[in-house]
Amino acid sequence: MDLAVKLIVFLPLLAAAIAGLFCRVIGDRPAQFVTCAALLAAAVLSCWVFVRIGFGPADQKLVVVKLSTWIGSGTLDVDWALRIDTLTAVMLVVVTVVSSMVHVYSVGYMAEDASIPRFMAYLSLFTFFMLMLVTSDNLVQMFFGWEGVGLASYLLIGFWFDKPSANAAAIKAFLVNRVGDFGFALGIFAVWMLTGSVSFNEIFAKAGDFAKMNIQFLGMELNALTTCCLLLFVGAMGKSAQLGLHTWLPDAMEGPTPVSALIHAATMVTAGVFMVARLSPLFELSQTALAVVTLVGAATAFFAATVGLTQFDIKRVIAYSTCSQLGYMFFACGVGAYSAAMFHLMTHAFFKALLFLGAGSVIHCLHHEQDMRAMGGVREKAPQTFALMWVGTLALAGIGVPVILGHGLGFAGFYSKDIILEAAFGAHSTVGFVAFWLGILGAFMTAFYSARLMFMTFYGKYRGDHHTWDHAHESPPSMLIPLYVLGLGAVFAGIVAYNWFVGDSWQAFWGKSIAIASTKEILHHAHEVPLWVKVLPLVMALSGIALSYLYYVKSPDLPARTIAAFPSLHRFFFNKWFFDELYDRLFVRPSLALGKALWKKGDVAIIDGVGPDGIAAGTQGFSSVLSRFQSGYLYHYAFAMLVGVAGLVTYFLLAKG
Amino acid sequence: MATGIDSWTLARPEIFLAAATCLLLIWGVVRGERSVNLVSGATALALVATAALLFLPFREGTAFASLFVVDRLTATMKALVLVSSAVALLMSRAYFEKVGAWRFEYPILLALAALGMMLMISANDLMSVYVGLELQSLALYVVASFQRDDARSTEAGVKYFVLGSVASGLLLFGASLIYGYCGSTQFARISQALLEGRAAELGVVVGLVFFVTGLAFKVSAVPFHMWTPDVYEGAPTPVTALFAAAPKVAAISLLVSVLMGPFKPLFAQWQQILVAAAVLSMLLGAVAAIRQTNIKRLMAYSSIGNVGYILLGLASGTEKGVQGVVFFLAIYVVMSLGVFAVILTMQRQGKMVEEIADLAGLARTRPMIAFAMLLFMFSLAGIPPLAGFWGKLYIFMAAIEAKLVIPAVLGVLCSVVASYYYLRIVKVMYIDEPGVALDRTPIGVNAIVAGVGAAVVALFSLLPQPLGTAAAAAAKGLFP
Repeated sequence: MDLAVKLIVFLPLLAAAIAGLFCRVIGDRPAQFVTCAALLAAAVLSCWVFVRIGFGPADQKLVVVKLSTWIGSGTLDVDWALRIDTLTAVMLVVVTVVSSMVHVYSVGYMAEDASIPRFMAYLSLFTFFMLMLVTSDNLVQMFFGWEGVGLASYLLIGFWFDKPSANAAAIKAFLVNRVGDFGFALGIFAVWMLTGSVSFNEIFAKAGDFAKMNIQFLGMELNALTTCCLLLFVGAMGKSAQLGLHTWLPDAMEGPTPVSALIHAATMVTAGVFMVARLSPLFELSQTALAVVTLVGAATAFFAATVGLTQFDIKRVIAYSTCSQLGYMFFACGVGAYSAAMFHLMTHAFFKALLFLGAGSVIHCLHHEQDMRAMGGVREKAPQTFALMWVGTLALAGIGVPVILGHGLGFAGFYSKDIILEAAFGAHSTVGFVAFWLGILGAFMTAFYSARLMFMTFYGKYRGDHHTWDHAHESPPSMLIPLYVLGLGAVFAGIVAYNWFVGDSWQAFWGKSIAIASTKEILHHAHEVPLWVKVLPLVMALSGIALSYLYYVKSPDLPARTIAAFPSLHRFFFNKWFFDELYDRLFVRPSLALGKALWKKGDVAIIDGVGPDGIAAGTQGFSSVLSRFQSGYLYHYAFAMLVGVAGLVTYFLLAKG
Repeated sequence: MATGIDSWTLARPEIFLAAATCLLLIWGVVRGERSVNLVSGATALALVATAALLFLPFREGTAFASLFVVDRLTATMKALVLVSSAVALLMSRAYFEKVGAWRFEYPILLALAALGMMLMISANDLMSVYVGLELQSLALYVVASFQRDDARSTEAGVKYFVLGSVASGLLLFGASLIYGYCGSTQFARISQALLEGRAAELGVVVGLVFFVTGLAFKVSAVPFHMWTPDVYEGAPTPVTALFAAAPKVAAISLLVSVLMGPFKPLFAQWQQILVAAAVLSMLLGAVAAIRQTNIKRLMAYSSIGNVGYILLGLASGTEKGVQGVVFFLAIYVVMSLGVFAVILTMQRQGKMVEEIADLAGLARTRPMIAFAMLLFMFSLAGIPPLAGFWGKLYIFMAAIEAKLVIPAVLGVLCSVVASYYYLRIVKVMYIDEPGVALDRTPIGVNAIVAGVGAAVVALFSLLPQPLGTAAAAAAKGLFP
């Protein structure tokens, strides 16, 4: 068991080191082979670990593998340790399975790229950091993984570094995440200050004690626990692109599509959800923090869906969809349904990775065309991709028949999204109510925009140039096989896992890895909701798809007319609620101006001017003055000597007298 | 006190050199211009043999009615003078042959100058100081204008002569004042008179000022340095090489023995003079060199700056200070001769060149020479682990121990400024695009001197002990 865990975490690192450091020596093929093999092995081992932990006896549901001591300074003790419980085991499976599929897919997708080993090394490195994050035993190690995935994300978004837009997107992702990470770091400091420890076990043991304490923060007297949770949640918001700190995610689509599938859909962006679930024993003690989490999640779910309605870039549509789905997960956490959030995280990883890789397949097919306005009728050229994309879309829209066969029957997203909405409704609180209705609206829009994506891409007539069309082709097997694997997940992940995650045997499955009390209550309520709550999401999803069919297949002039009818609303949605413009005004330009002032006036004019440059210029000037004394005339020289003597004699005469 | 035959024994090296010089002069006169190679070789040999005689066996004491003194310090300094003169002589041949001035008088004049320097170093009386100084100076005036059909060389000689005469006059005037107040020209008697209360007399202090001024001219300390850039630039390059080494050693040695000897009771006064001259010299040497384009002129300012460091060590007035001075001087002589050896290899299309810009791209065309120059420049800038670093370190340590903290800090700052122009030469050699490449001269004396000097500078840190011991022994004599 210990060995298996170590192998899962460190095989990707080893593969990244081999592919990254020796890429020139070993070449493309071996780099692809090493990284794919390492990831597939890690995926197999993860499944084994998942079975052992998830379905093992109650006293064997937590394994901690201590690697070494990292920091031992005063009262601060931080270990390198791998902590495996059900929560981690779920993440291990999600991360390694999706990552291995993306690795295999990349072999086909990146076949014509000039730096394949670098790409594979970054992917494996990312996987290592992600695994480090999910297996961490304390907040500091989690932060290490957290920053590591941020770094890998930066490197991969900017993978095509000769593209200025990719560089800008990479920097933007990194900077926006800095805001979140700063909150996270402050949260860690606060937790350490209050409990004297950063290890999860000790924090959770002491959480009850400081729930009622107050601390000074920003000059205000605040509840200690709420402050900690909110600071940590800021970190989660940054990483999971929640409303306010979401602006980097759509731009991150500048990276290669496999990166979008792995990092910006299935794994890294869900780290925030994982963190909240991991720290659920803390969060459940603070009603304020949970309310904030719920509202932020619900607002994001709604906001991102509205933006998704209007976008034309195929990847951006899916990116906003991801943003929106993460909102669902957060408000599930907020109402206390951590297991439902993790359930959706898991199913979402499969169908969203499927959608992204499917979109990548389309892009590959159409020679790097990403604008849906220049697509259409692609199903002729890529029938398998078309079918798989439909699977992903139906899973995302949450299509399934409720009630029958106990829990209903449908695609993966159907189970997880419905349980979230039911939990929100079942919370019987104001925020839960708000979240429920925003979620219902979001479900409608989700169905609409994902069907819109399908119709614009695969139906109708091709709208691009003929040269591309003539060369369009179905993707190679290395790309299609991962799609099938993920497709299986998108179809069956929900029906298979429902019982363990949120069904009757949830408690035996999760053990003590998430906060039990609130989960128990909320799941109970969720299963007891009225019938219309269970049916409404399906109605919304079906009507969304139907409306989309009407708009984009039946009468394609409707979108233009709708836009004409609501021009300002469309502009608002199309420009992403003007968040980028707002941030540009509020933060970017003032920072630039401040930086420029400090640079031009502070550094160049004052520090350099008086300091290095000033002294250098002064020395030069002094030097030329001295040179002028050197006239070459004998009598000048003799005069200087006499002046010297006279000066010295005068000095001594005065000193004596 | 040695009398009679003992006096002659103590002065054996000087007598040998004088006799050898006279014989070679006669040989040269009889044989004419053909004898030049033989005379120069024999002179170099005689100089080295004289240096050997100093220590085989080494004796100390005073001679000729206390006019003449031999101790560890004088012997060490004389050895330095003789060896550097011999090396400078060997470095001269190629240059003077190229300009058509390779005549037998040159080695003779060099030997006479060396003899004068030896007498200066061993002087134990104001009279012998002056005689030694003048013998040295007169020979050097001629040597400076040895390339007599060249206007710049002639100008250099005349300037040096006129200003040197002024300095001699000042020195003589100071000596007469001291004699007037102390009643003797003997160092021992002067010291005694000062200790008995004459030190309080203003006249003695004024005499000291004039006397030190005369010597400060010889070491080219500010503000008596004005001749140095012009003479260094104008004089034939091998002569400049000599000027930068041997006379400096002799004048510094004389300053040490005069100030640490008879004028020790006036320490408070001469310390002020030396600190002022040291700070000004370091400053001028660092700053004024920045704008120079001629490498010989640059080396003139460099020597002014280095004299500043030496005076700072001397101004500490301690055994450590003198030790540092001897140490620094020895290293400086090696670096200085090395740099001039490199300059003497600089030819383009058969003509000697001496602009800094001419060095552009030297690293590509002549990597070995460029590397030697790089070592010299780094060493002059005082970058560890090269020899120049240790010299400066000893000086600054002595100064700080003697509570001269501010001058020492100023010295370090000047050394920072100075490193600019040393490193600029490295930059020109290694980074700038070469224009017309310098000629690839065959390996001669200068290349060997440059190579040996560079090796010494580079590897000094491996074996610093012998020089340290020698410097300590030399300084010990002054502090019984």
